[in-house]
Amino acid sequence: MHLASISNDLFGVTVVVYSLAMLAYAAEFAFVRRPAPLVAGVPAQAAVPARVLVGAGGSDVEEPPAPVVEASSRTPHPWAERIGGIAVGLTVCGWLVHLAEVVTRGVAAGRVPWGNMYEFSSAVALMAVGAFLVLLTRQPVRWLGVFVLLPVVLYLGLAGTVLYVGAGPLVPALNSYWIKIHVVAAITATGTFMVGGVTTVLHLVRRRHDNQVAAGRRPQWAGLAARMPSAQSLDRTTYRLIAFAFPVWTFAVIAGAIWAESAWGRYWGWDPKETWSFITWVLYAAYLHSRSTVAWRKAAPMVALLAFVGMLVNYYVINTVVAGLHSYAF
Amino acid sequence: MTDVTVHPPEEAGAFDDEPIAPLSTAPDQAAGEGPPGPRRSPVVALRRGWRQLTSMRTALILLFLLALAAVPGSLIPQRGLNAAKVRQFFTAHPTLAPILDRLSLFDVFAAPWFAAIYLLLFVSLIGCLTPRVRLHIRALRAKPPAAPRRLSRLSSHADFTTDLDPAAAVSAARGVLARRRFRVDVREEAAGAHSVAAEKGYLRETGNLLFHISLVVLLVGIALGGLFGYKGDVLVKEGDGFANIRSSYDDFTPARLFGDRELAPFSFSLKSFHASYQPNGEARTFDADVRYRTSPGGPQRSYDIRVNHPLAIAGVKIYLLGHGYAPHVVVRDPKGHVAFDAAVPFLPRDATFLSDGVIKVPDAQPRQIGFAGFFAPTAAIDPASGMVSAFPGARRPALVLTAYHGNLGLDNGVPQSVFSLDLAKLTQYTDGSGQPLSKLLTPGSTWTLPDGTSITFTGLEQYGTFQVTHDPGKRVALIAAALIVLGLILSLRVRRRRLWVRARPAEGADGGRRTVVEVGGLARTDADSFAEEFDGLVEKMRAATGTAQPNQE
Repeated sequence: MHLASISNDLFGVTVVVYSLAMLAYAAEFAFVRRPAPLVAGVPAQAAVPARVLVGAGGSDVEEPPAPVVEASSRTPHPWAERIGGIAVGLTVCGWLVHLAEVVTRGVAAGRVPWGNMYEFSSAVALMAVGAFLVLLTRQPVRWLGVFVLLPVVLYLGLAGTVLYVGAGPLVPALNSYWIKIHVVAAITATGTFMVGGVTTVLHLVRRRHDNQVAAGRRPQWAGLAARMPSAQSLDRTTYRLIAFAFPVWTFAVIAGAIWAESAWGRYWGWDPKETWSFITWVLYAAYLHSRSTVAWRKAAPMVALLAFVGMLVNYYVINTVVAGLHSYAF
Repeated sequence: MTDVTVHPPEEAGAFDDEPIAPLSTAPDQAAGEGPPGPRRSPVVALRRGWRQLTSMRTALILLFLLALAAVPGSLIPQRGLNAAKVRQFFTAHPTLAPILDRLSLFDVFAAPWFAAIYLLLFVSLIGCLTPRVRLHIRALRAKPPAAPRRLSRLSSHADFTTDLDPAAAVSAARGVLARRRFRVDVREEAAGAHSVAAEKGYLRETGNLLFHISLVVLLVGIALGGLFGYKGDVLVKEGDGFANIRSSYDDFTPARLFGDRELAPFSFSLKSFHASYQPNGEARTFDADVRYRTSPGGPQRSYDIRVNHPLAIAGVKIYLLGHGYAPHVVVRDPKGHVAFDAAVPFLPRDATFLSDGVIKVPDAQPRQIGFAGFFAPTAAIDPASGMVSAFPGARRPALVLTAYHGNLGLDNGVPQSVFSLDLAKLTQYTDGSGQPLSKLLTPGSTWTLPDGTSITFTGLEQYGTFQVTHDPGKRVALIAAALIVLGLILSLRVRRRRLWVRARPAEGADGGRRTVVEVGGLARTDADSFAEEFDGLVEKMRAATGTAQPNQE
């Protein structure tokens, strides 16, 4: 069909536009932004100690106000705004082309456009960039652009080359209205977890840098880390993304169980996909718990990273290496 | 037991944005009141153990263990998923397999160590929940805590002046807060000051508790299914029927506490089966057209069982699991008497439905006869492997058989698979040079064996394999799952915040106004959006007290 090849062309355009946007973000990040000056031996934005309130039950700690994400100590270059604006404009254009790609693919196949790994990858990437754009309207996180688009472009590249299949109808097991509910939830959660994975890695890099500075050592990757926002605000962004995605993921797993009940005769059977969805769920639950526990708080980003690795294993390894009931598509 | 477990609720897993209080879970804190060493009484040791078990640290470790323990279940073949793969593993690794088996690694999710992890986790969870539920109920009844002495120390803070007297100003502020569904408490303070304490977002903890309690309910639902349900598989050919008694099943797995009397007395028959495929051989649709009765004397109804479209009868669900071909053959003995006339199900080997099967003719004269062979719905010749199937649909059906005579071994009391021949007492038909005989049959063709016995491939039928399941815990599990999502959304999205307003008589000529109003607030989570809400509330209060004077902050 013509529409299917139009969709394929749009896919290519999407990757190109995202790549250009990524370059623009990188240019803004690398050439225009100045690293925050460091007070001797002290990180620019040390965490404000939490204050305990007397008379408020004794157990309430006031949350310190969120530091401005873009540190004001960084002098904005006149080019910064322009290049950053171009980057965001390209991202929006790329996202719209991407949306058109997913829609035309669905129309061409005469069904929902997430019936196989290629389509699922594309939809997850659409959701990840969408999550980033939504985040952008609420917080000044433009600096994050390069770190979100790099994995998205790689993810799409993998989808377009290794995972590509032509548009066609669904196998009977997928032919259910649950494909709309279960898979949309899975795409939303996966896309958001993906952005959360990026901010987790950035948080760890920044924290390491801060620790090295605090210890009076020469920080590694200083050029990169010092340009990032504070570890605290990265941590907060990560938490927000995961706290949004976790209930969605829970819902996706439950919707999957309901679907499995009508398709396979049991709502849970420890199929490899189900097992890894469970593992991922448990690890993200552990992240949320460890982050709200003082003694474990430092380890929380590592737990988030582990959970994200579980997510990736669930998608790539389980789908391609381990045979299970999900192996026909996701 | 419960009085032992009171520790700060914050350590038991609130999804709070910020940590609340230092943990009391470090060993040797508070729990070890007794003298150290072996002289400690068993009660103290028990208390200490209980505290350890219900601590967040233990819960986290158990969570990690649970995730880790599930990993081998996805990497090593599991009996519950694919018993044939486990058997292959035993053949391929004769020394390793028994060791893994002893460690229950082929039944990870039924293994005692796996059960130990999640049961400990749930005990720890219940131990955490019990005191938290009590504390939360107390908090729901309690008034918001009194205003701290210096509101200006709070991160969100504002003050303004008004001409109203302190009591009226506080009353106006109270109205603003109450309209926004804050819980409010007005107090009279020293030196003519009045204050109101307000709190909102109790649903956060309610959701948090609902989520964790629902997890326990979910486990109960799963256990109900595992104790009182059953699952059975049955193959039904077109035109054949099935009655729900245990002996009708090809394979029946009852739960531990299931009694046969609980089998619902339904029956169904497969009128016809239809499958359609895409040109590349991928399946497009499967339809099993069945007639069923919910009880022996009940009315007959019809239903189309498809994938994703099971038939539900009286708490039981019937699923279409698979399908296959059943070539219909007629076997005649040398005298021409019909010894066998039936459709025989063949088991599909792959997606092209190249299928294997056997035909047993115990009534053949003078000796019993058996046939073994394979069937291809769309026969094609492959130079390397002989006959293959080119398409799963029945375009050019062909049956390739080889024949045996002798004793089928059906009378020795040992149950035998209908899909294999016991070759112990059978002799293969051979040609003059000793080569085994075999024959390709197409519909309508006949093969006559050297002794005069003949077999005719008269036609082709299809069969469906059905799974019948009964899971009495399913509804409980579903409700629990819905509450889990609801609880999670509440506990992660609702923000808990406190706000205080204090009005006191102005000292001296404070812009000519009579009263100074101070507002302070704090949020345990999401400080950014609270700052916005706070500013909005202060604005409303200023309007309510008739003050338009700018913030003096």
